[in-house]
Amino acid sequence: MDLLNNLGVGFHTALTFQNLLYAFFGAVLGTLIGVLPGLGPVATIAMLLPSIYTLDATPALIMLAGIYYGAQYGGSTTAILINVPGESSSVVTAIDGYQMARQGRAGPALAAAGLGSFFAGCVGTVIIAAFAEPMTVLARQFGAAEYFSLMVLGLVGAVVLASGSLIKAIAMIVLGILLGQINTDVDSGVARFSFDMPELTDGIGFVVVAMGVFGFGEIIANLGQPAEHREVFTKDVKGLWPTREDFKEAWPSVVRGTALGAILGVLPGGGALLASFASYTLEKKAVRNPRIPFGKGAIQGVAGPESANNAGAQTSFIPMLTLGIPPNAVMALMIGAMTIKGIQPGPQVMTSNPELFWGLIASMWIGNLMLIVLNLPLIGIWIKLLTVPYRFLFPAIVIFCCIGTYSVNNSPFDVYLTAACALLGYVFYKLNCEPAPLLLGFILGPLMEEHLRRALRLARGDWSTFVTRPLSAGLLIAAALMIVLVMLPSIKNKREEAFQEEG
Amino acid sequence: MKIKSQRDFWSGLLFLVVGVMFAWGSTDYSFGNSARPGPGYFPFGLGVLLALLGGAVLFKALTLESEGGDPIGRIAWRPLLVIVAAVAVFGAALPRLGLACTLPLVVALSALAGDEFHWRDVLISSVVLTVGSWALFIWGLKLTVPLWPVYFGG
Repeated sequence: MDLLNNLGVGFHTALTFQNLLYAFFGAVLGTLIGVLPGLGPVATIAMLLPSIYTLDATPALIMLAGIYYGAQYGGSTTAILINVPGESSSVVTAIDGYQMARQGRAGPALAAAGLGSFFAGCVGTVIIAAFAEPMTVLARQFGAAEYFSLMVLGLVGAVVLASGSLIKAIAMIVLGILLGQINTDVDSGVARFSFDMPELTDGIGFVVVAMGVFGFGEIIANLGQPAEHREVFTKDVKGLWPTREDFKEAWPSVVRGTALGAILGVLPGGGALLASFASYTLEKKAVRNPRIPFGKGAIQGVAGPESANNAGAQTSFIPMLTLGIPPNAVMALMIGAMTIKGIQPGPQVMTSNPELFWGLIASMWIGNLMLIVLNLPLIGIWIKLLTVPYRFLFPAIVIFCCIGTYSVNNSPFDVYLTAACALLGYVFYKLNCEPAPLLLGFILGPLMEEHLRRALRLARGDWSTFVTRPLSAGLLIAAALMIVLVMLPSIKNKREEAFQEEG
Repeated sequence: MKIKSQRDFWSGLLFLVVGVMFAWGSTDYSFGNSARPGPGYFPFGLGVLLALLGGAVLFKALTLESEGGDPIGRIAWRPLLVIVAAVAVFGAALPRLGLACTLPLVVALSALAGDEFHWRDVLISSVVLTVGSWALFIWGLKLTVPLWPVYFGG
């Protein structure tokens, strides 16, 4: 069995002391930032990117991956205990989870979230391992035209999921791609849009954009809001173990959530966030007569979405690892991390760096195992963290983000650019423009241009090459379909409803 | 003409202006043709596209009614200016003053962004963060960041 062989290689890599240590570090850090509201995996991974210069590629990626799925575990704790989503993907968990905590059932809620996530994480890991190879084979048939179309599909997918106006989200993507055009043209060596500043001829680092727009933009937005009153149910967390009835009710939701999350994670633009929303909607439809109604503390409303977001977080690695195409902002940063370590992301990673590839996959399972231990028996430590006021937290975030951006190139100029991006991030926040599509466009932009120009040159300037090559045409049709679907009135309303519940 | 949605109006205008600027700026570079696209080919097309999208958002903002005029709302000037300034100060100070002096400065400055400002809290944060950052970044991750002030000619 090839799969078993490959997993063997993976576990052999992942179980070395160094890699275990970094997986653990990633999981702890992920839980930490998941628990703390106002600091997400995007900002954290961006912050840590400079530090991976000193690490080997495998432990670096293992650590970064741990942060992403660790945040899915930690986010639910905050959602359940203080009704504030620690992480955007645990927004729906707060609905029923917080109600359960108010009824003194915080323990079972946390256990359902943790065990559901663990189950989903295990399944997700197996799915990645099983699908990675066929996807890589498919990817080998891709030419420049297909890659371009695939990126179009990915960007459209990201737009469909952005809340709010579709056209604004598309504009944000284009704006992101344009910001990525500030660089030196690969073909001709011409410096573009650099305003004669030598620092700009290398392009703006995506750490700068990510940190400015997400990290600092979020801090400013948070501080602009009046301090909320937080009620923490710390004393009520007794009796972690769910009752037999809880188990009976929760496990079908866990299975449904895992299946749904695994599918949605693979889609371009998908990942943890969409998965949890979709799963909550599914649970409300699937459970006809819940013992406790949804919104009043139904355990299904916690188990389903929590499993889904973890499954989605895992399977969103598939397009990143096999095609080199990031389905969401976190994966875009992972690609950045690989590039820093000199690995060209894409289908060849599996053959050129098998230890990295399978080691990362194996480490996900190990990481999930660590997380369940970290999050259930040690829950008390994380609860303590929630009592730290924001006025201590945000200076720390500011400092870490600053050091992060500075140390990428040891350049004060990057820090000034980040300050400008922070301003921009706040403008976007105020204007209701989603920043996630911007970052995706920014990262994919240079790749898109390269493939577009190569495809056109190969086709001797014939634009129809994108629709006459069957694979490319299929991808473009899929992208067009997605836009049409979202614009259909019935779905448009549903989509708005789904995002309304968020507020 | 009445603005029906303020947020859309300003975002549309932003997209329009930036799009035109990029399209105009890319005329400085060789455009090429579709068989041999030059460095100006892709950005010009995108600039035009962004301007068109911006125009559409703008048009919508002026014609379609939205709830309550969709106002932009109060701008949090204090956190905005303080945080942006703190980041800029960090960039300017770190290469000259080193980590040990820059961090307390930036912590104190950024603490001004919050609603409450207590000297005691700022002091605690400064000490904890400076020592923590030293341990994590300089000692642990071995980043090449100056720790103490750099004296010119010294």
